[in-house]
Amino acid sequence: MDLKLGHHTRDGIEVVDVEGEIDVYTAPRLRELLIELVNNGHYQLVVNMEKVEFLDSTGLGVLVGGLKRVRAHDGSLDLVCTQERILKIFRITGLTKVFGIHDTVDEAITARKSEK
Amino acid sequence: MATVEMSFTPLPVHVRTARLVATAVARRSGVEEALLDEVRLAVGEACSRAVEAHQAQCPGEPVRVALTGTNGRFEVVVTDAAVPAEDGEGGAVTEAAGWSPVGNGVANGDSSPSGPGSLPAQGLGLAVIAGLADDVQFSRTPAGLSIRMSWPSGGNAG
Repeated sequence: MDLKLGHHTRDGIEVVDVEGEIDVYTAPRLRELLIELVNNGHYQLVVNMEKVEFLDSTGLGVLVGGLKRVRAHDGSLDLVCTQERILKIFRITGLTKVFGIHDTVDEAITARKSEK
Repeated sequence: MATVEMSFTPLPVHVRTARLVATAVARRSGVEEALLDEVRLAVGEACSRAVEAHQAQCPGEPVRVALTGTNGRFEVVVTDAAVPAEDGEGGAVTEAAGWSPVGNGVANGDSSPSGPGSLPAQGLGLAVIAGLADDVQFSRTPAGLSIRMSWPSGGNAG
């Protein structure tokens, strides 16, 4: 399986579930989904990456692009990830300072709600 | 002589294959399990960069990858045949080669290369490679760019 995408709404926040590998071949699908969600008025996003097996700079670029899009609407894009091998690329690129990264979807939603 | 040599059509779908082969050869060469994720990611980044460069300039030319495990090192060389644009990746290559990956301007796009066919992601990819590989060398020739990366290995699979 290359990449499996799904999304659902929880407490007014759109949770995007990603499973598989995000790379130069599959990242465009994630990009399209994030664009679609924003175009449909979903500006509070949580991307659950707990089942992501691989993430490269193309994937990072998609996530940064998604963050920029939601922020244009005063929205947010938070990540859920505890896998060290995925977190590593965020650390190398300094993007841990850019994204809110949480251990669970519940934590991400609670953190976002508490900021409102 | 390389342990394994491969060339592939510059399409994104083949980058995963290159990652899988490189990881398999690295494991066989005795690279520690803890480093295999780094190998996989760095090789993927180098191949992705090469694919994008080829698609912009020479889509009919293959990307070449040479994998060698010998003398306690596992080495990967990814070579493309794309000639850089005038204001293309030269800056990104130079920066990435001497780059301290933590706290750099990548997140702000400060280091993004400019020029036709150059995307911010390419500079990011090179920065990732520089942060992952134990030893990285970028060689720019009139024929294209060669990225040489190596990691310590425990055996000789050559």
